[in-house]
Amino acid sequence: MENCLALKVTDKDNVATIFANGVTDGTNVDVRDKKGNSETVTVIGDVPYGHKIAVRDIKKGELIIKYGEEIGAATKDILKGEYVHVHNLEALRGRGDL
Amino acid sequence: MKYTFQGYRRSNGKVGSRNLVAVIPSVICANDVGQAICRQVQGTIGYFHHQGCCQLPIDLKRVTDTLSNLGQSPNVGAALVVSLGCEGTDANRLVEEIRASGKPVEIIRIQELGGTARAIQAGIDAAQRLVQEISDLQRETVDVSEVVMAIKCGASDTTSGMASNCVIGYVADKLVDLGATVVFGETTEFLGGEHILARRAVGGENGPVGQKIYEIVKRMEDRAKAIGEDMRGGQPTPGNIAGGLSSIEEKSLGAIVKSGTQPIQGVLEYTERIDGQKGLWIKDAPGREPEILTGMAATGAQFMMFSTGRGAPQGFPSMPVIKICGNPNTFERMRYDMDLNAGRIITGESTIEQVGEEAFEEMLRVLSGKMTKNEALGYFGSMDIFCLGPVI
Repeated sequence: MENCLALKVTDKDNVATIFANGVTDGTNVDVRDKKGNSETVTVIGDVPYGHKIAVRDIKKGELIIKYGEEIGAATKDILKGEYVHVHNLEALRGRGDL
Repeated sequence: MKYTFQGYRRSNGKVGSRNLVAVIPSVICANDVGQAICRQVQGTIGYFHHQGCCQLPIDLKRVTDTLSNLGQSPNVGAALVVSLGCEGTDANRLVEEIRASGKPVEIIRIQELGGTARAIQAGIDAAQRLVQEISDLQRETVDVSEVVMAIKCGASDTTSGMASNCVIGYVADKLVDLGATVVFGETTEFLGGEHILARRAVGGENGPVGQKIYEIVKRMEDRAKAIGEDMRGGQPTPGNIAGGLSSIEEKSLGAIVKSGTQPIQGVLEYTERIDGQKGLWIKDAPGREPEILTGMAATGAQFMMFSTGRGAPQGFPSMPVIKICGNPNTFERMRYDMDLNAGRIITGESTIEQVGEEAFEEMLRVLSGKMTKNEALGYFGSMDIFCLGPVI
């Protein structure tokens, strides 16, 4: 069976977005870039459609990069394949107090 | 590779993708007369806005400026101004400025002519003359560097930021590399990503362009604060978080990605035009369709590339709008409204680059005269002008 799809936009990105339903802990997904190159990554955690996984290990405090730009910082160590969202990513700006 | 399209060269050197007679009411109260003229005379379009009276002077000037810019836009070959007679806008300035750009212009005044029916009759005669006068202009081969593309997204969903916006970003980068002009706006969507945009400004974050980007975002936020609303708090919304967006930066970048990656050359006010400037520009315009589409057409864009996920059907009277749909299901359901299926990216059938190339080719066809879905349907009646102050 073909693997589920995850997309990343630039080579700098350390996260990819899942475009498949039913991705659960241990599912293999193909992470594709804009040219169509792909790499298979095993997902850690249950990840809903449109949510993100790490495409490499990310250390606590490191920037999370999507679209080639920072979308936040890791609040804990994140493993390759792990679900990335508000539980382990903190916005750097726009909390209403900046 | 050399890319060209077939466009209408105007006497002032600018190039249009359409050759239309614009019927321009100087005030909302002249709309009905203008609409009757447009129904009768082929080759006309109308700018049926809702402004032009009982507004503060700064807004009345803004309305006159915008209507003048629309009349001067390269897709317009001639203009008929429909004046009531007592409006707050400056109908004479409108006529003078459009005429100075080298186009035939006529004006009818409803009160002076003795009312609606007489004005409609005079207006039909005038519009017919203008259409006939410009109708034998031939298209000629034009280099792609003369393209002015406007971009926008609307009725977005999870697919927009990863598929259709990325496709438009690809086209934007390619156009800028080829020496053309790209204009994006939606200042509201910069919130949380303004520092990233400012870093892309020519001269850097602390240069005049970078600082102007911060300024237009602050101006918008301050307008909301003046009536007691904080636009930044509560972002991303619970709905955004449920959809997978983790931060306001991510939300903002999902929209900004359609501008590509090139340096930002400058910021245009809502009433400013592109007059030969090349590269990527920002226009300070809100996200809502009627106002930003007007702003983009008035700035001189020959067409717009519009990204959507849920399916936004509308266009603009004088500016073809190419709908790039990121959601494959929406594309199937709304295939008579959507021009290009970027949903193949999220199903894995195509890459961003492949769909980007298709969008670029479609752009050249539309610039050369191919009708977009919304043009063929005539779905472009709603437009308006972005004003700042209260209605009095």
